[in-house]
Formats: sequence, structure tokens, C-alpha cells
Amino acid sequence: MAAIAPAKAIRSVTSLRKKVATPYFLLLPGLLWLLLFFVSPILTTLSMSTKTVKADSGSFDQTYVQNYHWANYWDFLVESRPQFIRSFLYAGLATILALAIAYPLAYAIAFKSGRWKNVLLVLVVAPYFCSFILRTMAWKQILSQDNFIFKALQSLHLVDSSVQLTSNAVAVVVGLAYNFLPFMTLPLYSSLERIDPRTLEASGDLYANGFTTFRKVTVPLSMPGVVAGTLLTFIPAAGDFVNTEILGNSNTTMIGSVIQAQFNETRNYPKASALSFILMITILVMVLTYVRKAGTEDLV
Amino acid sequence: MTDASTSAKGDLKLSHLTKSYGDFNAVDDLSLTIPEGSFFALLGPSGCGKTTTLRMIAGLEEPTSGTLHIGTTDITDMKPYRRPVNTVFQNYALFPHLTIFENIAFGLRRRGISDVNEQVNKVLDLVELPHLAQRKPTQLSGGQQQRIAVARAIVNRPALLLLDEPLGALDLKLRRQMQIELKWIQTEIGLTFVHVTHDQEEAMTMADTIAVMNEGKIEQMGTPADLYDNPKTAFVANFLGQSNLIEGTIVGSDGDSHVVDCFGQKVQVQKNRSVAKDSSVLFGIRPEKIRIHPSTETHSGCLLTGGHISDVSYIGVSTQYQVEMPWGQELMVFEQNDDGIPPLAKGDAVNLTWESVFSFALDGNQDATAGSEVSPDEEE
Repeated sequence: MAAIAPAKAIRSVTSLRKKVATPYFLLLPGLLWLLLFFVSPILTTLSMSTKTVKADSGSFDQTYVQNYHWANYWDFLVESRPQFIRSFLYAGLATILALAIAYPLAYAIAFKSGRWKNVLLVLVVAPYFCSFILRTMAWKQILSQDNFIFKALQSLHLVDSSVQLTSNAVAVVVGLAYNFLPFMTLPLYSSLERIDPRTLEASGDLYANGFTTFRKVTVPLSMPGVVAGTLLTFIPAAGDFVNTEILGNSNTTMIGSVIQAQFNETRNYPKASALSFILMITILVMVLTYVRKAGTEDLV
Repeated sequence: MTDASTSAKGDLKLSHLTKSYGDFNAVDDLSLTIPEGSFFALLGPSGCGKTTTLRMIAGLEEPTSGTLHIGTTDITDMKPYRRPVNTVFQNYALFPHLTIFENIAFGLRRRGISDVNEQVNKVLDLVELPHLAQRKPTQLSGGQQQRIAVARAIVNRPALLLLDEPLGALDLKLRRQMQIELKWIQTEIGLTFVHVTHDQEEAMTMADTIAVMNEGKIEQMGTPADLYDNPKTAFVANFLGQSNLIEGTIVGSDGDSHVVDCFGQKVQVQKNRSVAKDSSVLFGIRPEKIRIHPSTETHSGCLLTGGHISDVSYIGVSTQYQVEMPWGQELMVFEQNDDGIPPLAKGDAVNLTWESVFSFALDGNQDATAGSEVSPDEEE
């Protein structure tokens, strides 16, 4: 007995160690991936953001000097302030528009669609099998003067040929709202669908009419979906440059376009990096504030 | 507030209430009156229409035809939120985003009642859970949620409290305790309770009056004792407790009793305990009313002879026998273990006796097994 017991103990210690190690082992591929494609670019970008362009480098490829020029941040923020403000404004408006469209849609699919539920869900996602750029180009077509929408409005004398439905801020916001609609709809649907219909009946039973039930029971219970949906819409929309490039004009430039142009055209990598960091940090702060508020039910 | 949610009082009257889904009548021309202040149970198996009836009273389903009145107020077309009716839902349906206090206050706030705090605290005291006021429903046990669901409904002092299988999700011991508590609360506050259940024991423990429902109709209505002792149909006889129903023919009369021939043996049933329409009857006797004797002994009273014990189950307080009769039918006998005599054994030849006041006779033109194959624990 005495000889067997320690052997058993050792075996159980090694098996315990194995048990503790298993989750880390399983995390390893993911962690490596993050290290390679998230942490290292972040650090590279951070380092790049405080460099300056070497004057008169002579060739097409710019060279940069690391001189910890943190003033980059302030300088570029001031310089690109209109684009920043526009980005958050457009993204905010697009998020509100998407919420206004997606909430009734998700509500109808969750509560009223019956056996059509799965078909409707597929229809929500179906356009997204096609490329982002193509869909946005399609909107340019849809809003163009040759298309039926413009012609219909024209025949109602609501617009004349001097008006453009596309190449303006409204088209950009509409495009953003459209492109991120499923990211709003699906989280909303999933949180609405989880609501026990008996709680809605209970609300009616306790003297709440349809509207009060919606306000006091449905909306609070769908808040997780509202928070998730608005974040999934707002964050990519704030950094987007495709919609403004295709559906906007030179006065609707968003910060994403500036960053894109600095990286790919002007090749001012420090500026592009600093702007990227400002965008990231601003979004992070906004999101944290928002989630905090949502968590304490201040938004209801 | 001038709507009926506060003003209507009185008996609940259902007149020719029908709910159809296509060709199927879930509730079929139901008429009944539930007196104010009573504890009324709608008892029946799954799909008998009891829950549909309850939902029509609550306003959650619209009747296909018929009317509903509370006192003199017609509530047939009234929206649920205007009815003086509150419901304790199956699985409670508490609002997960609100505290217990706010759950209970919900109805009061909607009606703009001023002393919400006082009323909520009073009802929390009544259900003995004042310390849970600031918790969320998910932090409560099943029994506690159940009591909060009751509190949330009764705080509104409705003319009518509806309970939809309120104890179905609780374990047996808690269920017994809640039965007593609900009965106590009902007596304490004097509201009309309408209780829907498939559990006959639950209905009998709590209700003053039980309506046994089957296929959208009421089979029989009465006090628990009345239903048990004087079933009028095979369904009621089998669904409420257990019964031995033997096919027979009325062959004569002896004073105030019918003489019934059951497969060649003569038994008696009092005329006032017979609902037979003609000479064809189902002769009924409850298993616990029968005494079992070895065939070597002789006994007076009503008697059936020639049985053989085909199964014995000893369950402590009593012994349950299955006795195979000469005509092939198996009868049930429950014998109290109070005489110190060891149980009889499988295969023993026995005679069965009982006091003639306990037997009853039903119309013979019906299925003798109706209501017996329904499992009492079946969920809706």
C-alpha cells in the first residue's frame, strides 16, 4: 500500500498539470495568430506614428526618421478635424438610421413571421454574398438620374435635373446604413427572439397596453441586441472609406479616406499611422462610455 | 380610472363559450358560473381545452363565439389590459430585467396607484419574502419565483385570479406546501381563484368546486367529495382517482336498489347512485372500498367470487392487488395494512366484498376505459 500510494499521487499531479495546461494549449494557435497579425502591426503602427518624413529623400519611396515626434498626433488631429467630425457624424446618423430600419424588421421576423422566419433571415443576409464594393456601386446606379427612383421623383416634381441623388452626404449615410444593416439586424433579432412571449402576455395582463408593453418590457429586454448591433454598425462605419469614395464628393471625405490616401497615395506613413491611432482610441473611448451607460440602463 | 379593471365585481359567467381552430373545437359550447370568492378548478388531461378556456377569460385568446361576464359587465371583447383579471402564468413569466419589487409594482404603476411602496411591501409580507425585494427573478428559487408570481397578480386585487398550472414546475414536496399556501392566501384575501390543472390531487386539495373537462366540454362539476363519490361518467370515474368499472345489466329491483347482473354474478347498487339510462350499465366500485378475502371464508354484503390474485404491490400504508376475475377482467383492490394480517400472495383464490352504499352505476353505452389511460403527470 505504502509503495503504491505515492506513485498514485504523482500520477494524479501530472494529470492535474495536464488538465491545467490543456486550455492554454488550445489557446495557442489563436494567441500566435493575434501576436502575429494584431499585436505586431499595432506596435509597428505605433512606432511609425511618431516618425517624421525625411526631407528631400529624392526617390519615390519616402524614408522616415524615428525622432519620437509625438506632436504628430496633435498636428494631424487639428489638420483632419473636419474629417474626424464628419466620420463620427455620418457613422452616428447611419447607426440611427440602421437601428430605425432594423428594429421593426427584426421584431417582425422574431414575432410575426411564423414559418417564413428562416427564409426572411436568409433574405437579410443574402445581398452580402456579393462584394461590398459592388453593392455600393449598385447604389450609385440606383440613385443615378437614369434610374426609376429619380424618374419617379422627377415625375412627381419633387426633383429637377439639377438635383443629384448621389454624390452627396445623404447618399453616403444611406450607403453606410445599408452596408451594415445585417450587423444591426441579426443581434437585434437574436435578442428579441429570446424574449419569452409569456412575459409580453404577462405585461398585457398587468394593465399595460401594446405600446407600454413595448416600452417597458420589449425594449429593455432587447437592449443587449441594441448595444451589440449599434457597436457592430458604428465601429466599422466610422472607419469606412468605400461609401464616401463611391457615393460621396470631395466635401464628404471621411477619416478612413484620409488614412487610405496617406497610406496608398501620398505615402505619408507617419501621418496615416497617427490618424489610425487617434481613430482607434476615440472609438474605444466612445464604445466604453456607451457600454457603461447601456449596462446601467441609462439608455432606456 | 373608470374602466372595468377596478369596477367590475361579481360572479364570472361563461355562456356558450366556443373556441374553434378550423374544424376542431378546443372549447365546445361551454357554459358555467363561477361564484365570487370561490376557489374553482378546471381539471382535465392535456388538450381538453382548460388552458384555452383560461386564456379566453384572461383575454389572451378571442372566443369564436359565446360571451364572458363578470357580474353584469360584459368582458368578451375587452382587451386583456382592461380586464379586472390577473394571471399566474405557468413558469411564472416574471420580468427578468426588473427587480422583484418592480415586478410586483408593475400592475400598480400602470394603473397609476399612488401608494405603490406600501402595497408592494404588504404583499411581500403576505408571501413571506420581503427580504428579496431588490433581487432579480433569476436569483430566486422556483418556489420563491412562484410566490412572487402570485404576489405580482394579487397585489392588484383583481376580481378574478387565474392560475395556469401554477405548480407544474415545482418538485412534489414544494408543490404540497404551495398548495396549502395558495389555499391560505385565497382564504386570507377572499379573491375568486380559477385554477387550471391536470393534477387531480392538486385540484382536490385546493378547490371548493372542480369542473372536470374533456374534449372541450365539462364532463361533471361539483365539490371534490361529490365528484369522487358520485362520478357521473366513466371519464370522471377513471380520471379522478381510480375505479373498477364492470359491464352489467339491470335485471331487477330490491327495495331502493337495482340488482345488476355482472357476468353471471348478482350485485346491488342503490337507485339514487345510478345514472343508467337503460338496463345496460357500468357497475362501479372504488378500489379502496373493496375488502379482499381468501375464497375459503364466507362473507355477507355485496360479493364477487372466483377471483385470483395476479399481482401484489406492498406499498407500506396499503397493499395493492390486481385480481383477475372469471370473465378475464382485472380489478384493483387497495387494502389498508391496519389489521396485522400479512398480505395475500399472488395466485391466491379470493372473493371480493364491499358495503353496497359505495357502489355506483353509470350509463353502459360508453367506453369503460375513458380517462384511465391519461397519465396524470403529462405536461401540456
